[in-house]
Amino acid sequence: MSDTTTDDSPQNGPVLAADGTPLRRSLARALRRQKLRALMLIAPLLIFIMVTFILPVADMLYRSVENGIVSETLPRTVVALADWDAGGDTPPDEAVFAALAADIQIAAEEKTHTKLGSRLNYENPGMSSLFRKSGRQVQRWDLNTDGPFKEKFLDIDDDWGDIDVWRTIQTYSPAMTSGYYLAAVDMQLGADGPEMRPENERIYLKLFGRTLMMSLAITLSCIALGYPVAWLLANLPMRTSNLLMILVLLPFWTSLLVRTSAWKILLQQQGVINDILVWIGLVSDDARLVMINNQLGTIIAMTHILLPFMILPMYSVMQSINPSYLRAAKSLGATDWTAFWRVYFPQTVPGIGAGSILVFILAIGYYITPALVGGTTGTFISNRIAFHISTSLNWGLAAALGGILLAVVLVFYWAYDKFVGIDNVKLG
Amino acid sequence: MKLTTLAAALSATALTLPAVAEDMTIVSWGGAYQTSQQKAYTEPYTEMNPDFNAIWDESSGEAVAKLRAMDEAGNVTWDLVDVEGPDAVRLCDEGLAIEVDVDEVLAAGDDGSAPTDDFGPSLISDCFIPQIVFSTTFGYRTDVEAWGDSKPEELCAVFDLETFPGKRALQRSPKKNLEWALLCDGVAQDDLYDVLDEDGGVERALAKLDTIKDEVVWWSAGAETPQLLADGEVVIGSTYNGRLFSVIEEQHQPVAMLWDYQVFDFDGWVIPAGLTEEREAAVMEFVKYATDTQRLADQAKYISYGPARASSQPLVGKHAELGIEMAPHMPTNPENAQRFLVNNLDWWADNQDDAEAKFQAWLAQ
Repeated sequence: MSDTTTDDSPQNGPVLAADGTPLRRSLARALRRQKLRALMLIAPLLIFIMVTFILPVADMLYRSVENGIVSETLPRTVVALADWDAGGDTPPDEAVFAALAADIQIAAEEKTHTKLGSRLNYENPGMSSLFRKSGRQVQRWDLNTDGPFKEKFLDIDDDWGDIDVWRTIQTYSPAMTSGYYLAAVDMQLGADGPEMRPENERIYLKLFGRTLMMSLAITLSCIALGYPVAWLLANLPMRTSNLLMILVLLPFWTSLLVRTSAWKILLQQQGVINDILVWIGLVSDDARLVMINNQLGTIIAMTHILLPFMILPMYSVMQSINPSYLRAAKSLGATDWTAFWRVYFPQTVPGIGAGSILVFILAIGYYITPALVGGTTGTFISNRIAFHISTSLNWGLAAALGGILLAVVLVFYWAYDKFVGIDNVKLG
Repeated sequence: MKLTTLAAALSATALTLPAVAEDMTIVSWGGAYQTSQQKAYTEPYTEMNPDFNAIWDESSGEAVAKLRAMDEAGNVTWDLVDVEGPDAVRLCDEGLAIEVDVDEVLAAGDDGSAPTDDFGPSLISDCFIPQIVFSTTFGYRTDVEAWGDSKPEELCAVFDLETFPGKRALQRSPKKNLEWALLCDGVAQDDLYDVLDEDGGVERALAKLDTIKDEVVWWSAGAETPQLLADGEVVIGSTYNGRLFSVIEEQHQPVAMLWDYQVFDFDGWVIPAGLTEEREAAVMEFVKYATDTQRLADQAKYISYGPARASSQPLVGKHAELGIEMAPHMPTNPENAQRFLVNNLDWWADNQDDAEAKFQAWLAQ
C-alpha cells in the first residue's frame, strides 16, 4: 500500500519481483493471503468465543447502563414531564397525569406496567405496588370522558402526589443511566446529582474491599502451602511424586459442595478439630474455637479448593529448572539458603506468577464457598451479584457490580504486567 | 413384503406421533418434595394417560432468573414451574407467567366449593396456582443442659439469651426475621407492617436482632439448620417445617418443634408465558388434575406440608412409609397454628430491596 516511498533502495527505484510488481507489494499480498488462511483456520474457535463469551459479556455489561424501559413504557408522560421543575415542591399538572393515564392504559394492556414498577422500585421503594395498583384501575377508565385525571390518580394512591415519585420517573427517563454504577459504589442520583447513600445502606464498597483483601490472603496462603508441595513433586523420585500428584489432583475429582461441607464438619464448634482440641485439653469445652462462618473459614476452605491451581504451574516450572545450577552455586561456596534464594527461587517466579494470577482471579469471582462458610464477615461481592441475578432480578445492578469487578481484575492484570511482566508467566 | 411392513409401521408411528409427544417439562425443587409430587400427581396421571411423560427439572431455586433469560431468548422450554409465593408475584409482575382464572381452570372442591373459596387466602397472585402451605418455624434441641428444666414455648425464647443460652440459626434474609424481631420488641401483630413502614421501623427490628447477633449462625439453604441442630452446633434454629419433620421423625434427633408464630408461605405452580396453545392446553389439563382435592391431600402422605385447599384437610391421612398420622405435623393443624404470621407480600414487593440493603449492611458491620 505504501510502496510509493522507497526507502529500502533510494537510488534504483523499488525492488521488483519476478513478475514486475514491486517486491514490497507482492510480499504484502502473500502475507495477507497467509494471514487470511490463518484467520480462517482459527475462525471456528474465534466465532465460538465471540458467540459464547464476548457477546454475552458485552450484552451483560450493556445492561448496566441501559434504561430504555421508562421512556418505552411511558413515552407521553416522559415528554410531558420534561418541563416539570423537579426542584420545586408541587407535583406536575393535569397534562402530565392525562399522559400518564394514556401510557398506563396501553402498558396495562401489554402487562408492562408492573415491569416498569419493579424497575423504578429499585430506586424508590413503593413504586412497584403503586404501578400494580394503578394499572388495574386505569384499565377501566375512558380516556376521553373520565378526566380530569389528577384527582383520579390521587384517589388510587396518595403517592401520585409525592414529589419523589415524579422525581424518580424524571431522573430515570433517559435511555441511558449511570444509576446502576452509582448504586454499585453505594451512591445514588439525588435531586442535585450523585450523592452517597445513607450510612446504614452502604455495603458494596466494603464488600469490594473485603473481596480483594481476602482473595489476596487466599493467594498468599496458597503460595505458602503450595511452594513446598510443588518442590517435593518436582524433586522426589518418580514413583513417590506420582502418588503425591494424585493426592494433589484428588480434590479436583470431588464435588465442590462435598469439599465445602467437609470443611464445615471439620471446623465447626462441635466439629472434629474442636473435639480433638478439647479432648487433648488444649481448649476448654466452653471456649471452643470459632473457625467457620467467618473470614477464617472462607480463607481455609478456599485455599484448599484453589491450591491445585497454584501447585500445578509451580510444579511444571520447577521441573524445568536444571538441578546443576543449585549444585554449581553450592560448589562455589553458597550456603543452602543463598543457593535457594539467589539461584533457585528467582527461576520459580514465573510459576508463582502464573499460579497467583490463576488463584487470585478465581478467588475474586467465587461465590458458593463463601456463601456456605463465610457467615457474615466472610462473604464476597460475588454473593451479592448472584443475589441480584437470581433473587432480586436487578440485573442492571448485577451487571454494574460485575463490570466493576472486571475492571478491577484488568487493573490488577495491568499492574502485574507493569511490575512483573506478563512474559514472565509460565504455565509449564 | 418387508418394505410394506416397514411402510405400515412408519405410517403407524406417523399417525400416533402427535399423541406420543406429550412431554411436559415440570420444574420443581428436587429432593423429598419433588418425590412427593411425583407420587401424588404425575404417577397416577401417567396411569390414566399412558402417553403423558413428565420431564423433571430441579431448577425452582433459580426459576425466576431462568424464566427471564428464556423469555429474552424467545425460547421457553418449561411447561410448568413450581415456585414460592413471592416468586410467583415477581414472575407475574414481570409478565413471565400467565394469569389464570382459577374458577375456570381448576376443579371444584370435593365438597362442591368453588376453587376461589376452597383455596382462599393462598391465592396471592393472579398467576399463582397454590399447592401447599409450608411454614418457616423453629426447632430446638431437647437436651441442652444449660437450659435446666425450661424449654422454649414461645417465639421470644429465640431472643432470650439468659434463659436459653446458645447459638441460634436464622435465615440470611430480612424477610421473617424483621417481623419476628418486632413481635418480640413488643409490637402487636396487626401493627407489624405499619411499624416497618415508618421511618426507623426496619432499624428498630435490626436493633432487636442486634441483641442476639453474636450468637447467630446465618443460613442460606434450608438444609443447613437441620445439620446444625443435629450436630449440636446451634440449640435453636429456623427452617422449613418439613425439614424439621424429617430431623425429628425420620432421623430421630433430640429436636422438638416450636410452632409459635410460624410464618406461613405458599408454594404452587405458575405457567410460563409464551407457550404454544397446544402446550398450554396440556398443562392446564394436568394442573386441573394435580390440584384437585384428593391429589393435594395425597401429597401430604409423603411430606409434612399442608394442602392449600380447605377441602383437602379432612382427607390427610398417614405417612406412606412411617405410618404416622400426618395431621398433627401439618403447619395448618389448629394446635400448631394458634399463632402464626403470613408475610405481607405487597409490602415485601415494595421494600425488599431497601430492607435487604439495610439488612446486609447491618450484617457486614
